[in-house]
Amino acid sequence: MQPIVSIADLCKTYSSGHQALKNISLDIQPGEILALLGPNGAGKTTLISTICGIVTPTSGTVTVDNHDIINDYRHTRQLIGLVPQELTLGAFEKVRNSLRFSRGLHGCAPDDDYIDQVLKDLSLWDKRDSMLMMLSGGMKRRVLIGKALSHQPTVLFLDEPTAGVDVELRKDMWRLVSKLRESGVTIILTTHYIEEAEEIADRVGVINNGELLLVEEKTELMQKLGRKQLTIELRKPITTIPESLDSYNLQLSDSGNNLIFHYDTRQDRTGITALMQAINHAGLALKDLHTSQSSLEDIFVDLVRADP
Amino acid sequence: MNWHAIRVIYKFEMLRTWNTLLQSIASPVISTSLYFVVFGAAIGSRIETVEGVPYGSFIVPGLLMLSLLTQSISNASFGIYFPKFTGTIYEILSAPLSFFEIVLGFVGAAATKSLIIGAIILATAGLFVELEIAHPFWMLTFLLLTCITFSLFGFIIGIWADNFEKLQLIPLLVITPLVFLGGSFYSISMLPPFWQKITLFNPVLYLISGFRWSFFEVADVSITLSISMILLFLAICLWIVWWMFKTGYKIRQ
Ligand SMILES: Nc1ncnc2c1ncn2[C@@H]1O[C@H](COP(=O)(O)OP(=O)(O)OP(=O)(O)O)[C@@H](O)[C@H]1O
Ligand SMILES: [Mg+2]
Repeated sequence: MQPIVSIADLCKTYSSGHQALKNISLDIQPGEILALLGPNGAGKTTLISTICGIVTPTSGTVTVDNHDIINDYRHTRQLIGLVPQELTLGAFEKVRNSLRFSRGLHGCAPDDDYIDQVLKDLSLWDKRDSMLMMLSGGMKRRVLIGKALSHQPTVLFLDEPTAGVDVELRKDMWRLVSKLRESGVTIILTTHYIEEAEEIADRVGVINNGELLLVEEKTELMQKLGRKQLTIELRKPITTIPESLDSYNLQLSDSGNNLIFHYDTRQDRTGITALMQAINHAGLALKDLHTSQSSLEDIFVDLVRADP
Repeated sequence: MNWHAIRVIYKFEMLRTWNTLLQSIASPVISTSLYFVVFGAAIGSRIETVEGVPYGSFIVPGLLMLSLLTQSISNASFGIYFPKFTGTIYEILSAPLSFFEIVLGFVGAAATKSLIIGAIILATAGLFVELEIAHPFWMLTFLLLTCITFSLFGFIIGIWADNFEKLQLIPLLVITPLVFLGGSFYSISMLPPFWQKITLFNPVLYLISGFRWSFFEVADVSITLSISMILLFLAICLWIVWWMFKTGYKIRQ
């Protein structure tokens, strides 16, 4: 399939001399949800802003729907909707008018039926004639989303859509994202909430220091890098781990009641069978066993830490 | 051309005016009336006519220019500066819009607003003094060209300014003195010869002189020169805007 967004060797150096993007290459498939993770200052917003035309790239190319974002900006920007990270909204405009404005800016003829539908979908209908400055932060976030959807984009960028948003709204947002995806919209979102990426994304990209460290299918990523942890509950607490178990690198926890064993799902032989036998030989009695898998968060922290 | 975008920018800029209707309309009416009271009544009682024109009428074109220039600049500069300041400009930058279309929307709205204010001032002036317009076509041409040129100039200032102080600096420190010293309230023939020469370096003189000619057929400099000057300003502003567009000056990082 032709990628809907294709980024090749993209670099951005700000006039301050700071290099915010370093040779980013990335293809985004139509209809997928890509989550970009990365610590503060990693370059997520810069990347999105470049694709949307707010920041000019220093070098490299980006195409959207096979059109260059610089030479064919009319075509590409028409397809893109952007929800910015900051709550940047006017003060005195009314909610509904502000959506009409965004629609017009993108070259679409007025369509109040559609605008009203967006307002209803975002639970903004009651606020349609409120002034923007009178809205709460969460409501403003909804308005920004409404504005981004006002021209029926095919690619939607959400820059931290759920920052400072309550649980209710976050769930709403997730529902909205999956609804949009069903209608074929490609979604690129940045987030600091790993569980968000885990919940809604198809693929995850990790950016640090302006470099794209990896892009992977979410499930594959978790499998590949996922480390599992086996917790062995003992019938009787012990103070020291028997020497015969040294090679397993076990940890003692819960004041000697639990033994913890880390293993890698990537390996054919996890060593669990051998460990069980060894524990048996050492004369320890088991009460219970359970395993847990590391989350994207652990993976993310590991990755960023490894990258100086 | 993205006409829908030009339409919404224009419409929203005009809407902003309606939201501050009282300020937008009341302030030019009040200040014009004040000028008439102070200059027309107080000074006018001493100077009866200037070059055959009653003093009260004589100052009308200058007064109009003063308002048109300051209003055009402040409207247009504020119109583009404000989205820059609040960050809402992201929407304009990420829209399928050429710089030309952005300019058309913002400058068109600012110029329209100035034209409306000009009409209000003219009507207010008509209450105080008798007004006859000798060359309505040229009067309108001057009015239109001035509104457009100085709205463009305001737009440039709005892009250039990165704080509120800079935004106010040029209108306050440059435009207002130039207008006052450019013969709004007197004919430069009333000045000593040395100052007459100096005044010829004041570009605003040419605007006021030409504009006054369209009312009363009296002018400090030739009408052709006046028209050429305003066209020159327009060309300079257009060139700066074009250059800003080309280089992305202070607009895109
Ligand atoms: N206009 C600018 N001029 C100079 N440097 C900038 C500018 N905008 C961003 N930067 C720098 O570029 C780097 C990347 O910033 P960016 O906003 O893209 O990060 P981010 O990943 O979005 O971070 P966050 O999670 O905090 O939103 C940062 O070091 C930032 O200081
Ligand atoms: Mg950011």
